[in-house]
Amino acid sequence: MLRFILIRLGQAIPILLAIYTITFFMVRAAPGGPFSQERKVAPHILEQQMEYYGFNDPTYIQYFRTLWQHISFDFPPLTSYPGLTSKDIIQDTFPVSLELGLLAMFVSLAIGLPVGILASAKKNSLLDYAPMSFSMIGICLPTFVIGPLLALLFGVWLGWLNISGWFSWSDRILPALTLGLFYAAYIARLTRGGMLEALNMDYIRSARAKGASETTVVLVHALRGGIMPVISFFGPALAGLISGSFVVETIFQVPGLGRHFIQAALSRDHSLILSTVLFYAALIIIANMIVDIVQVMLNPKLRYG
Amino acid sequence: MACFPNRLPLLQAHQIIAMKTVKPTLSLLLFLLSPCLFATPADDAIKKGILLLGNGSEPHSLDPHINSSMNGHHVIMSLIEGLIAPHPTDDSLPHPGIAYKWENEKNTVWTFHLRETHWTNGEPVTAHDFIYGFKRILSPRLGSQYAEMLFSMKNAKAFNEGEITDFAKVGARALNDHTLQITLKDPIPYFYNIIKHTSWFPVNRRTVEKYGEMDDPSNNWIREEYVGNGPFKLKNWQMNQIIEVEKNPGYWDSDSIKLNGIKFFPIVSENTENQMFDAGGLHLTYQVPADLVPVYLERNEPTLRIDPYLGTYYYVLNVTVPPLNDPNVRKALSLAINRKSLVRRVTQRGELPATSFTPPGISGYVPEPMETFNPKRARELLAEAGYPEGKGFPKFTLLFNTLERHKAIAEAIQQMWNQILGIDIEIRNQEWKVFIDTVAAGDYQIARKGWIGDYMYPDTFLRILKSDSGQNDPMYFNPEYDSLVDSSYMENDDRKRLDILAKAESIILDELPIIPIYYYVKDHRIDLRVKGWHPTPMDVRNYKNVYFE
Repeated sequence: MLRFILIRLGQAIPILLAIYTITFFMVRAAPGGPFSQERKVAPHILEQQMEYYGFNDPTYIQYFRTLWQHISFDFPPLTSYPGLTSKDIIQDTFPVSLELGLLAMFVSLAIGLPVGILASAKKNSLLDYAPMSFSMIGICLPTFVIGPLLALLFGVWLGWLNISGWFSWSDRILPALTLGLFYAAYIARLTRGGMLEALNMDYIRSARAKGASETTVVLVHALRGGIMPVISFFGPALAGLISGSFVVETIFQVPGLGRHFIQAALSRDHSLILSTVLFYAALIIIANMIVDIVQVMLNPKLRYG
Repeated sequence: MACFPNRLPLLQAHQIIAMKTVKPTLSLLLFLLSPCLFATPADDAIKKGILLLGNGSEPHSLDPHINSSMNGHHVIMSLIEGLIAPHPTDDSLPHPGIAYKWENEKNTVWTFHLRETHWTNGEPVTAHDFIYGFKRILSPRLGSQYAEMLFSMKNAKAFNEGEITDFAKVGARALNDHTLQITLKDPIPYFYNIIKHTSWFPVNRRTVEKYGEMDDPSNNWIREEYVGNGPFKLKNWQMNQIIEVEKNPGYWDSDSIKLNGIKFFPIVSENTENQMFDAGGLHLTYQVPADLVPVYLERNEPTLRIDPYLGTYYYVLNVTVPPLNDPNVRKALSLAINRKSLVRRVTQRGELPATSFTPPGISGYVPEPMETFNPKRARELLAEAGYPEGKGFPKFTLLFNTLERHKAIAEAIQQMWNQILGIDIEIRNQEWKVFIDTVAAGDYQIARKGWIGDYMYPDTFLRILKSDSGQNDPMYFNPEYDSLVDSSYMENDDRKRLDILAKAESIILDELPIIPIYYYVKDHRIDLRVKGWHPTPMDVRNYKNVYFE
């Protein structure tokens, strides 16, 4: 397994380099720059800013300099937040997004898995149709609809929870629920699909023939195989969850990384765009690697390779 | 504490619809469980004397010499005080700040007498701190966008552009620790209004230099140790979350500060902000969702406040391209816009139809209003220009930055021009930064723009259409206009000065390089217990005058 991890990490280097290169040139090709302002800046001020942030140097120098800055973790000042660097932003906001993401993951699994398992076990009954229809609604209703509705119910009408902010533990509930419900719907459907396939397998028939109880069949024998699609889905989903959701963070005023990811692009903050993209890419690579390891652990037919 | 009396009627349109469909028993249950039975955060905050304010979005800086956003401006105004403070009720008037009195010689040499007061680190505030601030914002390396606010000071422009390096040549001198003399390039009767802006604010030298060079844009003293001299001091700043300031007991006038603190919430989503207000989490919102303003207006919502704002929404016409180089065409386009119907049916925020470029509210300034809507005259003018009934009128594009409101306005005007003038235009949107660059490059025909005044005087608008202005988007050039605006700067008599500017404005309204559409308004939801929040067109407060009933 160690060899597998080392190989995977080795593969990650060219991938990250490619992502860096593509992002670097895309950002520079995009129209509008970090200093394009409604109130136009005098040419000599613009010149000063270009010089200060190193935009006057030849592109290849900027390319290697920024690359080195990312390798050595020595980030340049940001154009959109003078005085801060990408490192400050990620350090401050990633823990928030991580917490929100993990809570949302917990919500999505706690709801999605049991619902999916139950639906597959009671196939074509009310226990199947009702939750599956609900989950279809969950997938179709975007977070920017669910979020304000939950805020309306629990914040304005009932007054139990704050509508926005990230101060006390109770402020975690609404954002985690909003983000989690969306993924719960997917997980329920994936679990049901995977379980139905698993329940039709020969080994399940063997288990039943040997007299295993239905609960054992479903939860011990079938689940191990049936959960596979959920695990493959979970790799990229997890990276997405913990790197922050722009919509949920905006609706509930959560100071997470997701907003910077979008805001950096809107304000053409070259350094922050590159850092957040690379950070997200690294998260996806790691999450996928973990998923591969878990799959091998669960499925004896798979080998590291 | 009684429940916030306006809570129940405050449900939003979609909430009312939802309410109607909820079964009566459920709504009764919801009512019993509702927060009306408990004190809201707004109630608690009032007991503690803390004002809860929506502040739009995260300011990119709280450095008075670097910040360029309104959100940052609002916070800085509570933390640092300049020579002149914002007047509690009238933006055109001066109000003593760090200067307790001032006098001027021919409106050109201004002498300010500073009171004895201290920075939050205990050091005395002196005239040298102001000089240091001027030098800092004018330092070329700092690259401050607002350096040009100081260009009325003698030699300030030359220093900023690097032509002179000796700051002693700039027209700012400390006669002693508490006397500051500013020499202007030309007379300015309303100079006290210009220096209310944060770009004229002092900073504490020792603090700034503790965390870096004075002219390094990345100097992070604002986050390391914010030293100010204002009525409040920085207590807590969490990015995208909250900026908390508390009463500064060392402030010279601390006895008259009625609040114990202010919490600024950078809430980007206007719906979230509005819900937060409804739930009793804010005393004042930064904005109101556009689709809810007409709903609130209709039912006379007492918490809705629509204040005048020193800004104009207008279309810029590229006067270098045919057919827009023909003044008759431009006039025809302007006369074919039914502004009254546009603000009533499309924008719906209580805006006023524009009859001039400079918004109303500047005392003593009344420009001759332009003719706003006259379909018959519009058709005649278009025919005179050679396009009877719009025949042969070349197809052109109306450009705006991507936003629902701009799109609705553009579509309405597209239709008005089509129905009244018989011309067919295309409308196109661009992402904000792309839009800015397109307009700056002159690569457009008609574009949507807005301008907000920096101080209460008409030239904050009129100067941008001078041929040498960097903000002259229409690429308008009229020597007569230029010389009128320039001559106003030489005029020492305020009355005459305003008359000259009104004359200049009438040239603009006759030639129309821009088509003014409406004057902006500032809409808020305000808790009725908040007092002293007077409508001011600059939307800048002297927070020490705000209190709770």
